[in-house]
Amino acid sequence: MRVKKETLWGWILVSPLALGLTLWVAFPLGVAVTMSLFKWNMISQPVFIGLQNYAFMFFGDHLFWQSLKVMLLFTLTSVPLQMIFAFAAALLLNANVKGMGAFRTIYYLPALIPAMVSTALWLFLYNPQYGLFNLMLDKLGLPTQMWLTDAGMVIPSLVIMSLWSIGNVVVIFLAGLQGIPKELEEACLIDGGGFRHRMRAVILPQMSPVIFYNLVMGIIGGLQTFTQPYIMTNGGPSNASLTYMLHLYKQAFQFNKMGYANALALVLLLITAAVSLLVFRTSRSWVYYEGDRK
Amino acid sequence: MSSIVRPRRRLRFDRFFLYLALCVGAVFCLLPFAWQLRSSIMTMPEIFSYPPKVFPASPQWHNYPDVFSIIPFGRYYGNTAVLVAWNVIGTLLSNISIAFALARIPFKGRKFLFACSIGTLMIPTTVTMIPTFIEWSWLGGLNTFLPLIVPSFFGNAFFIFMLVQFFRTIPFDYDEAALIDGASYPRIMVQVITPMAKPIVAVMVIFTFLNTWNDFMGPLLYLNDSKLYTLALGLKSLLSGYNSYWHILMAAATLVELPLIIVFFIGQKSFIAGLTMGGIKG
Repeated sequence: MRVKKETLWGWILVSPLALGLTLWVAFPLGVAVTMSLFKWNMISQPVFIGLQNYAFMFFGDHLFWQSLKVMLLFTLTSVPLQMIFAFAAALLLNANVKGMGAFRTIYYLPALIPAMVSTALWLFLYNPQYGLFNLMLDKLGLPTQMWLTDAGMVIPSLVIMSLWSIGNVVVIFLAGLQGIPKELEEACLIDGGGFRHRMRAVILPQMSPVIFYNLVMGIIGGLQTFTQPYIMTNGGPSNASLTYMLHLYKQAFQFNKMGYANALALVLLLITAAVSLLVFRTSRSWVYYEGDRK
Repeated sequence: MSSIVRPRRRLRFDRFFLYLALCVGAVFCLLPFAWQLRSSIMTMPEIFSYPPKVFPASPQWHNYPDVFSIIPFGRYYGNTAVLVAWNVIGTLLSNISIAFALARIPFKGRKFLFACSIGTLMIPTTVTMIPTFIEWSWLGGLNTFLPLIVPSFFGNAFFIFMLVQFFRTIPFDYDEAALIDGASYPRIMVQVITPMAKPIVAVMVIFTFLNTWNDFMGPLLYLNDSKLYTLALGLKSLLSGYNSYWHILMAAATLVELPLIIVFFIGQKSFIAGLTMGGIKG
């Protein structure tokens, strides 16, 4: 039988994808679902325990609920603030004045460096005795803070730090702003509209797909926060910064509870899917696409 | 119509506030870096002095070479560079081949495969993290570079999407002419289509470099032997082993950042293009 040249070469060239989907997506997901039904420490034989991992998660593990709370608290405060600050920064950086290239680079630099490096740096900035922030508060005559060791301060501290590296979001907003047709803004100016009118009638509707994209990416990233609390606080003080990913990591690699960690991972997948779906649903009412215009 | 021409003074006033706001943001962005550089050339007593000093009495440049004698930082550079090189090779080979087949060879099943690939973008990588770790333990890949290199040879959904979108815009006359001349599909891919995708290839190289250089979770899971440590892990071990050596730590942080900043300035244009490609409105 003669195989068509297209079929032959098509499958040969696409084979890494087919193999990759099997090896790095389908197989791990299968392992995750299977192992979530077992008790296993990676050394002894796995023991089948049915849904007990899930039962323990919801009814026995108070740290699961704590980590869920921390994850949602962090995501719900950091993502909206990131959106607002990044949008404001993009509006500023979109102005047509001298020296803008330099400003754009400066705003991007913090996002360029590895999370590990920025975390180490901020750990030092937050140092209660020798850190920059307490030094500045002290100079201004304000009370100094226990940034990372006060249970009420640790999430705000992580949120402030997350605002430092929003460069990626800013760049995407900026590209969106530059894509707004000039005619629309001019029409608005001729109508005598001020900045607020231009914002409401032109900029926000035109930017809504970009805002939507950044919002979804921000939420997905926020739900997976790991490096910052892992390095800075290891979840402390008294689990006030124990994010979901950190809880999962500890269960897997500190306590070797591989079965339970897999169950946690699958629940995270469901949470992410549910949150994304929710955002997608609401997006119909506020995201404006050019093609929809009647 | 004169109402739309704003008075000069008002304009100058606006511009003043624009620069003011821009500068406030720039200070927030740069201050941590300034603190890092200042601390990286101080002595330890100066860092711990009270009241704190803003500038060192005399810059301690030897802190930088000291990083290399306190921990094997040179080896960590080497390890990271090896990972970057393999990842770049894997990314280019696999994604170009996959995207070429998906975009330009009509065969059954390609639409399904493309949809599957896009679908994986929805799965957070952290979900497959633990089972993939288990998989590698079965394959005997723990404590080697393999788990950090091999997956790049199987394509990346984001790059595949980007390349397929671009390849589709190239007229099919090129392929047809080459096919009539007797060229094979691989030859069309290498000699005709890929050279037209140079800007996207540049984006892929830069992003693979950054992602590999900045990866923390991957090395943290798979590398236990300190001989295999990457820069990110080296910095972590410096942080836990020498937690009061802030001057050395800050010098090390600067040394990790330097290559990134150089790459950023070299590839600035492709870089911005790559970042914004994901966020273009539909």
